[in-house]
Parts: sequence; structure tokens; C-alpha cells
Amino acid sequence: MTTLAETKPLTANIVPGRAPLNLKEYEAVGGYRAVRKALKEMQPGDVTKTVKDANLRGRGGAGFPTGVKWGLVPSLEKVPGKRYLVCNADEMEPGTFKDRALMESDPHLLVEAMIVSGYAISATRAYIFLRGEYIEAAKTLNAAIAEANAAGYLGQNILGTGWSMDLHVHTGAGRYICGEETALINSLEGRRANPRAKPPFPAIAGLWGKPTVVNNVETLCNVPHIVNNGSAWFLGLNQGKSKDGGTKLYGCSGRAKKTGLWELPIGTSAREILEVHAGGMKDGYTLKAWLPGGASTDFLMPEHLDLAMDFDTIAKAGSRMGTGLLTVVDNKQSMVSVVRNLEDFFARESCGWCTPCRDGLPWTHKLMLSLEAKQGQQGDLELLEQMTRFLGPGKTFCAHAPGAMEPLQSALKFFRAEFEAGIAKLPNQAAA
Amino acid sequence: MTEAVIKLAELVSGRTSPAASPYVMSDEERHEIEHCLHHYDDNRAASIDALKIVQKKHGWVPDGAIAPIGEILGIPASDVEGVATFYNLIFRRPVGRNVIKICDSISCFLTGYDEVRNAISAQLRINLGQTTPDMRYTLLPICCLGACDKGPVLMINDDTHGNLSPETISVLLEQYK
Repeated sequence: MTTLAETKPLTANIVPGRAPLNLKEYEAVGGYRAVRKALKEMQPGDVTKTVKDANLRGRGGAGFPTGVKWGLVPSLEKVPGKRYLVCNADEMEPGTFKDRALMESDPHLLVEAMIVSGYAISATRAYIFLRGEYIEAAKTLNAAIAEANAAGYLGQNILGTGWSMDLHVHTGAGRYICGEETALINSLEGRRANPRAKPPFPAIAGLWGKPTVVNNVETLCNVPHIVNNGSAWFLGLNQGKSKDGGTKLYGCSGRAKKTGLWELPIGTSAREILEVHAGGMKDGYTLKAWLPGGASTDFLMPEHLDLAMDFDTIAKAGSRMGTGLLTVVDNKQSMVSVVRNLEDFFARESCGWCTPCRDGLPWTHKLMLSLEAKQGQQGDLELLEQMTRFLGPGKTFCAHAPGAMEPLQSALKFFRAEFEAGIAKLPNQAAA
Repeated sequence: MTEAVIKLAELVSGRTSPAASPYVMSDEERHEIEHCLHHYDDNRAASIDALKIVQKKHGWVPDGAIAPIGEILGIPASDVEGVATFYNLIFRRPVGRNVIKICDSISCFLTGYDEVRNAISAQLRINLGQTTPDMRYTLLPICCLGACDKGPVLMINDDTHGNLSPETISVLLEQYK
């Protein structure tokens, strides 16, 4: 018989309304088994290889293979000394609410994941970079870390192996840009969260110039299960729906009947997520468009609902899976207002480091405001299209402005008439 | 002659510019900041923690606190100020006793952010970025709070509230004195 832990590993311990498992309870359901197995039976390189074989792809939005990222960290023989593991728990992508649930409801899973993953890269210290607003998660994580320290899973000479690592929760002070991995590293160093030039990549020179791996919460939470059950098991979790391995936390927000979060095989269709799990749109509303995984993903249309929600399939349709939590736009919304809201967000959250982003995003927002007020000028749509090129990939220091252009360019493509209706009529047209 | 008189004399003679209001960092704050240093391999990293420790005590970060923080961490005051002005959860102006952070990101926008914000503004007679004259409330916008399935959402101080509607706002606000 298969257990919940074998089919829904990320959420098996989560019971809504129940306090998270403490250390003893977590151990009773098999917790910290992966720490023992990895540290006692495996070399760090074996852990990395298992994760690579499982084809675990980063759940923060980019989908980069986790094992490959770990493999970029130079060996201790080549570069001796300190190295860091950082968990990106700065969940701030609009429409995304998955990492909060994992940390508030099963903090020991993330702590165990940090220990096993830290071992894989021979980390000397690890940080959970938690956004400042996640008050409850900070409490649950700090309590779990204290228990893990007392039990000897963290600190000096863990389980007598000679390997030592400590783990700290660093709480942020706001700003979306901290989710960008090099900006996050600057923020963790106590600087303004401006991104850094890449290369060098953090795996070579990250936190305080040392090899550093930055992984998302959900990504890391898969690692103990992969170590326990093997890469073949993980690949099979997709039930043949995708070539990616594992399950995925999917969700739905907007005017749907039962908004929420569900752990499903990766590659589950957007239609199943919206119509089965979220119960469809609320009565009186129909689906107009949807964002597959956050504000920085291109809009898709109702006819795209049958697509498998995985990285490659959604990319082929011209968008990105991103964080995998759907935001549904209903038929009573003006697409111009929706895009104006998104650009307002991106303009405010620009860190100001590079010119296209710092100047281009407020300009884009201003154009959207005038279209919303039906005061747009002739040529504004062409100007917006220029923005999507001038602020697009390769033109800016990091992915912030290109992300802002994704919903804009797709809304212009699918809903051009609504944008055109925002252009003010010339006096002779008004008279006619 | 007392120190204050000397300072006044210097000011009158134009030898110094008007200083920020005097700020004396308490031993408690200093110890808390120094404790944070152990978490990092470089003292600068504690700058955000230090600003939060000061803010926890005063509600905001007074001008005079910037230099002492720099001294404890061994970094220039200008760097501390650079960090203080970058992050939106560090307040460089006094705020009300209760800080309302209302999410204005996409999922809350789609589920009624405008109506909720208007209801708050109408009741408190303040707009985003403003504080009530009795210093009871400050209203600020904030980006996605990660509770999108419960939109519209806001935070008051450390509490997150979801599934808001204009009708429930006044009862909610009343709980915060």
C-alpha cells in the first residue's frame, strides 16, 4: 500500500488547523531519516548525483536543475574553506503562497532539507532568508532549529561524522528584488539589495565571496524524500504527466470557487487545477485569462487550459510556469486595469540599479494609467511594444524588468482592442 | 561649562551644523545588536537586524540611531542610511501605533483591494502613506503577502487578516487601539 508520504511527500505531514509536528512527532513519521542516511551512508557527491538523477528542477520559478546547480560548487580539494547554503524564502511573487504553507505547517521538513542539502555541498553555514512579513514562519522555523540543534542534527560534528554546519533564520525588511538570488546575497550581507553581475555565479563566488548555493523552499523540501526513496521513485511521482520529476505545489487565486493550494503530480493540467481542485470560476464569472505562475509570467487564455503545468510545456505556449500557482482573471476585469496594477507593482519594486528598469517601468506604468483613464495618446501602444523590447531579456541587469514585460506583451497580443479603446479620441473623431 | 552649552556655542559660531536630535542607544538595544553579530561571518550583515531592533523600540528609526549602529558594526553611517532607506519595512519617519500594510498585488486587486482600501481611507480619513493625527494608524501599501487564496489581505502590525470586505473593516480596525 502506498502512503501519503510516498505520493504527496511535501504535504504528507500537513493537517489544516493542526499545529506543526515537533521534533519527536516528526521523527516518529520517519523524519530525519534522510539526514542519517546521507551523512552515514553517502558521500556528499552521492547526494548531489541522486538529486541530479531525479531531475529535480528549481521550484522558485526558473526551473534550473538543482543537482546541476550543486555540481557547480567547486570541490573542497580545489577550493577549501567556507561555503554556504541559502534557502530563498523571500516569497513575494504576486499570486504565490506555497512556501509560506510549507514553513508554517512543517518546519522540520525544511530544516532536514537544509541539513541534507548543506551536506551535499559541504556547507559550513546555512541561512534561511525569510521575508520579514512571515512572522509565523519565523516562529515555527526558529523553534524547529532549536530542537534540531538540541538533538545534534545541527552544530558541531553532526551525528559524529566530523561535519559541522549551523543554520540561521535571517528575516528581511521587504523589497521584492531580494528574491533575485544575487540581490538576496547582497541583502544577506547587509547591503542594499541590488543584483550583482553574473558571472561569477554564486556557486563560485557568492555570499562573502565564497561558493554559495541559493535554492527555493519547495525545491529543498523535495531533497530528503529523494534521498530516502531514490531518484526513480521521484521521477515516477509525475504519473507520466511530464518529463520532469516529482510533485508540485499548485494553487489558484482570483475569483475561483475554492481558492487554495494542492500537491499534485508535476504536469497536471491547468484545467484540472482550476476546474477540479478550485471548483471552477465563481458563479456569475467566466475565465478571461490566467497567469500560470506569478506576476512575471505571460498571460495565457482559456484555450490553453489543457496544457500540462510543467516548465517545458508552458514555455512552448509562450509563457513560463513560474511558481506554478494560477492567478485567474475573470470576465468583469479590464485587462488595461489588470496590467496597470502589475506595472505599478514592478515600477515600485525596481531597485533602481539600471536605467531601463528604473526609468522604463514608471514610464510604462504612466502609459497604462493614461490608457486606463481613456486619455492615451496616438502611438502609445507602439511605445508600449517598444518597452517590451527595450526592457526585455538581455537589456537589463537582472530579470526584474523582463519579468514585468511578460504580462504586458501577452496582454497586448491577446487584448489589443481593450488597449486601443484607451486612446483618447481626437476632437474630429469625437464629433463624428 | 556643560556639554550642552558647548554644543550651543559651537552652533552659534557656525562650527557645526545642527545635529540630529540626540539619541542614546540603550544597553538592551546594544546587546541585542551585538548578539546578532554571531550569526554572520561579517558584522555588516547585521545592519538590517540592527535597524529592526531600534525600530522595535521606537516604532521607527530616528536619525540619531544611524551613526551608533554604524559604530557597533564598524561601517560608515552613510552605508547604514543607504540600507535604512532601501527597505520598505524600515521606517525613517514616525508611524502610528498600528501600521496597516495592505496588499495591492494582483490577486488582491482581482478580489476587491480597491473597495477595501477605500473603506479604510474613508473611515480613517487618510490615504496610502499617511498617519492619522492621533497617531493611532498608518496606512501603507505592501506587495503580495503570500496569502492570495484569502484575498483581499492586509497586515496590521504582526497580524495577517484575509477574506476582507468593506463591511468588516471597521470591526477589524477597532481591535487595534
